[in-house]
Amino acid sequence: MNNSGPERIVIVGASLAGLRAAETLRRDGFTGSLTIVGDERHEPYDRPALSKVALSDWVPPEHTALPRLADLGEVDWRLGMPATALDRRAREVVLADGARLPYDRVLIATGVRNRPWPHTEQAALEGVRGIRTREDSRLIRDLLDAGPERVLVIGAGFTGSEVASLCRQRGLAVTVVERAENPLVGSLGGVVGEVAAGLQRAAGVDLRCDVTVEALEGSGGRFRAASLSDGTTVKADLAVIALGALRNTEWLASSGLVAGPLGLSCDPGGRAYAINGMAVDDVFAAGDVARFPHALYEYEFLALEHWENAVVGAQVAAHNMICHSADREAHVSIPSFWSVQFGTNIKSVGVPTLGSQILVTQGSAQDGRFAAAYLDGDRVVAAVTFNHGRYLEYYRHLIEQALPPPVPVGVAEGNVPEDARFPDPSAPYELPTVIVSGRSPTSMRAQRVGAGKEHR
Amino acid sequence: MKIVVDLAACQGYAQCAFLAPEAFRIYGEEALLYDPQPDDELTERVLRAAAACPVQAIAVERGQP
Repeated sequence: MNNSGPERIVIVGASLAGLRAAETLRRDGFTGSLTIVGDERHEPYDRPALSKVALSDWVPPEHTALPRLADLGEVDWRLGMPATALDRRAREVVLADGARLPYDRVLIATGVRNRPWPHTEQAALEGVRGIRTREDSRLIRDLLDAGPERVLVIGAGFTGSEVASLCRQRGLAVTVVERAENPLVGSLGGVVGEVAAGLQRAAGVDLRCDVTVEALEGSGGRFRAASLSDGTTVKADLAVIALGALRNTEWLASSGLVAGPLGLSCDPGGRAYAINGMAVDDVFAAGDVARFPHALYEYEFLALEHWENAVVGAQVAAHNMICHSADREAHVSIPSFWSVQFGTNIKSVGVPTLGSQILVTQGSAQDGRFAAAYLDGDRVVAAVTFNHGRYLEYYRHLIEQALPPPVPVGVAEGNVPEDARFPDPSAPYELPTVIVSGRSPTSMRAQRVGAGKEHR
Repeated sequence: MKIVVDLAACQGYAQCAFLAPEAFRIYGEEALLYDPQPDDELTERVLRAAAACPVQAIAVERGQP
């Protein structure tokens, strides 16, 4: 690169990570040309609300535009236009309409999309929908407003559970089908999954676990019923598909970068890896699509579908795109996420799936109000709270310092660690929102993504 | 106006829900729900809520400059 720094930056992906990266570039003094490419026609909006409050009778899905936290100056927005290729030799991003956008630095923040229902004809039935975009949320909200006799939710991960919660809040009958033994097991394990199942059933959800949906049936082009692997049939007017996400990396297939189903591999500073195992200096990654080694977890490569990861990853990558190489920073913030369902605030820090045991340290899992630490040997690697959010900061500190868990107190006194009961990573269960995939840029050993394809 | 709350940082102190209940609501014991685009007439109250947040989790963009 020349000494005066980059003059043209292209950001591919116009969601949270793309916006926060643009803000950081301008705040750090980048005055060159800035282009933001997005496959949706909207300027950046916030997605977490789409499966929560936007499905209630309060805030509409259209009310989710993200605030600009810095003056972006001049931006060439290319919205409603997907990128189709990255030509690294010419240093150009190729768009679906054939336009070529030259860059000195490019940020890949193309995120994830919903794993589709595998049977195309069934997926095309009216009333079968996943939830990722504003339009998805609007359509599902309208269908909920119409007062369906029953809603079917396929997949009891966070999104599916949140949708089921909203259905019950609206007084609607809802059936949730999950192929694992309990909800949320891919992300939080079987012990916590059992608690989550209790919440669902107490709220009146018809929860069917250890069962899969074999077919969606319709008449007149409309979804009417689903037949399940246990031989039963569920009649419903709406089927919400919540089978996890696929990373949007196909467009990078010919780029020579390490990009695949587990994400685009990059170093802790966001620089993408080429297939020769070397980090490149002009292509960066951030957000859900980025797969990066985390210093706190012995450089295991992580891909995180978390809000905070998009914000911090984008800020780190943007900073590193334009700073002197001596000033580059690493993305070392501790993963964290939240979910709201059935009156319960679920929050987590760290990477639960890296723990083999769980210890309830405060409160009571049976009561659905507790804090628990996930342990790798003696060390706390993650924590989860159900309506105990304000204690989480303490656990974050334990994780950062690689400390052992506290002695359980109060009603948790006398608790001992137990098997956290995470499913075999190769089993085709609901996908966790954290994917742990080895210590090499190119190994991508976890098989969760490919295996999940067979979900029916 | 446009706002966003860092819900990883939010600890459910509910100061915002007292100061601007039209834009912030507590759901269950400690979860926060909010309107990311509250009416402009609420601007003053929302700004007060953002300022009062003990963990400074509320980020605000005010109308067009």
